[in-house]
Amino acid sequence: MSTQNNSTADGHSSDTHGPGGAAHGSVKEYVLGLLISIILTGIAFYVVMFEVVSPALTLVVILATAVAQVMVQLVFFLHMNTSSEQIWNTTSAAFIIIIVAILIVGSVWIMSHLNHNMMIGH
Amino acid sequence: MTTSADLQVHDQDEHHHDSGGDTVFGFWIYIMSDCILFATLFATYAVMSGSFAGQITPKELFDLNFVLGETALLLFSSFTFGMAMLYAHKKSMRGMITWLLITFALGLGFLGMELFEFYHFSHEGATPQTSGYWSAFYGLVATHGLHVTGGLIWMLILFAHFKRDGFSDANMVRLACLSLFWHFLDVIWICVFSVVYLMGVM
Amino acid sequence: MSSKATIVTEPDIIFGKLTLDVIPFTDPVILPVMIACMLGGIGLFALITKMGKWGYLWNEWLTSVDHKRIGVMYIIVAIVMLVRGFSDALMMRAQQAFATADEVGAGFLPPEHYDQIFTAHGTIMIFFVAMPLVIGLMNVVVPLQIGARDVAFPFLNSLSFWLFVVGALLVNISLFVGEFAATGWLAYPPLSGIEYSPWVGVDYWLWALQISGIGTLLTGVNFFVTIMKMRAPGMRLMQMPVFTWTSLCANILIVISFPILTVTITLLTLDRYIGTHFFTNDLGGNQMMYVNLIWAWGHPEVYILILPAFGVFSEVTATFSRKRLFGYTSLIWATLVIMVLSFVVWLHHFFTMGSGASVNAFFGIATMIISVPTGVKIFNWLFTMYKGRVEFSASMWWTISFLFTFTIGGMTGVMLAIPAADFVLHNSLFLIAHFHNVIIGGAVFGYFAGLTYWFPKATGFMLDEKLGKISCALWTVGFFVAFMPLYILGFNGMTRRLNYYDNPEWTMLLWVAAFGAIIVLAGITVQLWMGYVSIRDRDQNRDLTGDPWNGRTLEWATSSPPPFYNFAKMPKIHDRDEHQYKKDHGMAYEVPENYTPIHMPKNTWCGIVMSGFALMMGFAMVWHIWWMAIVGFVGIFASLIIYSFERDKDYYVQVDVIEPLEEAHLVHANPTGLRAMQDKKSSLEA
Repeated sequence: MSTQNNSTADGHSSDTHGPGGAAHGSVKEYVLGLLISIILTGIAFYVVMFEVVSPALTLVVILATAVAQVMVQLVFFLHMNTSSEQIWNTTSAAFIIIIVAILIVGSVWIMSHLNHNMMIGH
Repeated sequence: MTTSADLQVHDQDEHHHDSGGDTVFGFWIYIMSDCILFATLFATYAVMSGSFAGQITPKELFDLNFVLGETALLLFSSFTFGMAMLYAHKKSMRGMITWLLITFALGLGFLGMELFEFYHFSHEGATPQTSGYWSAFYGLVATHGLHVTGGLIWMLILFAHFKRDGFSDANMVRLACLSLFWHFLDVIWICVFSVVYLMGVM
Repeated sequence: MSSKATIVTEPDIIFGKLTLDVIPFTDPVILPVMIACMLGGIGLFALITKMGKWGYLWNEWLTSVDHKRIGVMYIIVAIVMLVRGFSDALMMRAQQAFATADEVGAGFLPPEHYDQIFTAHGTIMIFFVAMPLVIGLMNVVVPLQIGARDVAFPFLNSLSFWLFVVGALLVNISLFVGEFAATGWLAYPPLSGIEYSPWVGVDYWLWALQISGIGTLLTGVNFFVTIMKMRAPGMRLMQMPVFTWTSLCANILIVISFPILTVTITLLTLDRYIGTHFFTNDLGGNQMMYVNLIWAWGHPEVYILILPAFGVFSEVTATFSRKRLFGYTSLIWATLVIMVLSFVVWLHHFFTMGSGASVNAFFGIATMIISVPTGVKIFNWLFTMYKGRVEFSASMWWTISFLFTFTIGGMTGVMLAIPAADFVLHNSLFLIAHFHNVIIGGAVFGYFAGLTYWFPKATGFMLDEKLGKISCALWTVGFFVAFMPLYILGFNGMTRRLNYYDNPEWTMLLWVAAFGAIIVLAGITVQLWMGYVSIRDRDQNRDLTGDPWNGRTLEWATSSPPPFYNFAKMPKIHDRDEHQYKKDHGMAYEVPENYTPIHMPKNTWCGIVMSGFALMMGFAMVWHIWWMAIVGFVGIFASLIIYSFERDKDYYVQVDVIEPLEEAHLVHANPTGLRAMQDKKSSLEA
């Protein structure tokens, strides 16, 4: 990003609300979000491609970087926060994450027990 | 458009809600439901992650360098869309269109890579019909790809909207919705490359 | 239906699998129905043409984005489909009554026909009767209760309705062209896979559900935003009427559960059309994953159906007990708890699958816990009635009948929640009796209470109260006579969906059950007669004030039927029972000094045209007519894009339109106030 772009876009960034109160952030936010995302993606690919740590730890790193990057993008790109305009967006997202977790963890739990009991894949 | 906007100012009592904001909020709720849609596909993928049925496995096919390329394209496109939004809010048509075109090119590049990957996998003997695993793989990854395709078509239509009406309220709402959609697709892709590709080669 | 010999294996390029043989001209059951439907359709078409009403229909109804009209259309389609679904029920009861091993033989329905009937019955009753009744009531009532002019996205509302109609049409077309699924209402694979259901029945099921399901999802988003963002000024969340609250929870459940249905049936579609292995027996497919996913949608769906009914009972009980609802806060929290818990109980639909003790124990306990907030609600309604001046109107009859019936259904539900007991009772008629007990005794009675209660609001005249009470009595008695025997038969080991059985001890009870179905038939007949009588005598039954029941919430503050813009002045909210508050404080039906223009959406062709293309696509996909499917698919999105470029989507209602409409209401609701204002105005002019 050229500094000129940065300053012009920043000059307007105090007004962070589009029609309907949707926040749209600033160049600084987007650049920061991009950099952190690149770093996190890099870490995840690095540990897998070069097998630097044990498989169990690799798994932990993959999941941790994925969760972190999702959070980073939600905050820096989607501008989620707890201000009064955003509160219902954020609440609904938090609720959806719970439901997503129930659905995925529940399905995996149910089906793995089933496979174990039915001796599928053994 | 202008007349109704003018009237709205005088007419606070008759407009107790801001319909542009409601549209963006409504679209956000739609995206939430799309999260569930992907969650269902992820659950299916997780349950079927070992259902190779003696057929070819992902370990033999996945190329992480290739996936890293796809990831880079999509991540940068998310960033460039953000730039387009900033220019849109400055009412700079040139800046916005330029960044949107870059976004479009990056998205198209991603889609091209994905299609090439599918073509390549199919030639190596991994089609959606090969095994439960590959059905789940294509089901999940292609659904994301279809969303990207939808986003690209939507972007083209949005160009026409902006060409005709400029920075009208309706167009800004449309742009805000597409921006949410595009960033959301990047978020989903993070989950896809982590769960499908990175875990797939482990 | 047509024999399997007519299955075309090599689809034609123009007609796909479609040939003239697929129309069951020779079937003695279907042919008369087909002729009757065609004659009825031609008659209706001729009548509308003769009266010159096509323009009126198109402009005022088919393209309408008015939530009240869309609601009425939902309910009309639902009633038509109720008659269809109930005919299926009668045929099933008759078949089982006749199908013993003795001299009568194996009944009158061949297995492949009987299997389609029970599949159609379940599918129709849930998707095309219960859902549209819920959504229809929400459409009519919710914007009025929160003081809004329309829903958040009026065009999407129209589109939702028409997509639902497409689903209903596909189910009905399947009766005359081809076949319907013979798999049970949730079409479990591998039976619903291409290997065991090679013809078009399951495809009709898939596309009908897919298309109407997308409409339902849009409704969920639409009403969620409407309730969250468009409440009248001053209405806090904990001041919303209970029906609005329960509708909000139902819509949240729609938003979070219908995508699961969409994906699940899409995966089954892929298995059938392109040969993937999600749910197949071979190559790593896992049919139990289908069962898991379909119930992850299916259980929340049950609460989508019942929660708004709970809302209706709350409104009806408070109004006719002439009291504030007892324990409003506890009732809202109970609703919210049910909403969340409804997502952690889905495995109780397949305890016997074999996930083992730990999984079954978790879901069994969660199921028992969810009955607690439901029990809380029963006490809310009972204590609202306690020491109230209860007025036994027809909607109150439905409510009291519900309290008895639903409590029994809830208790048998807790029995089924015990995994060990479920191993004995699952897949038996005990289960059938249980879920009819809660769906008829809970949801359907609630919708009927709501229809009776809000009918004058939607139409401007009352339903006949006496006939309403008679039909309630017939439904209640008929329900118990029809389903109590099924509990016993279930205990005795009779499984569901039997076309034939060889145990003569069951025959007697099945005859009793069939007799019960006939009593319910009498109830439905009385309801249809009630509709006719009420429309015939509408001039004597008019609701001129807009508040026929002395209601408590905001929808009763406007006229019946409300003007298309609902409220000329946005109400300011003071209290949970806003209309009652205004009546108590002498503020009801205030005559405003002047009116201001109102911003309203214009009607649009787009919803019905898009759905026309969706019907084309759905039908073409069923019959593998690929060119037509592509035309339909492109048409859907082309219409949407064209619509997005239209500029002329809204307009201002001018004061000279509003004033006469408002005065026509106020002259009955507040004649003295209106006269005072008119005097004041004329003196000012002088």
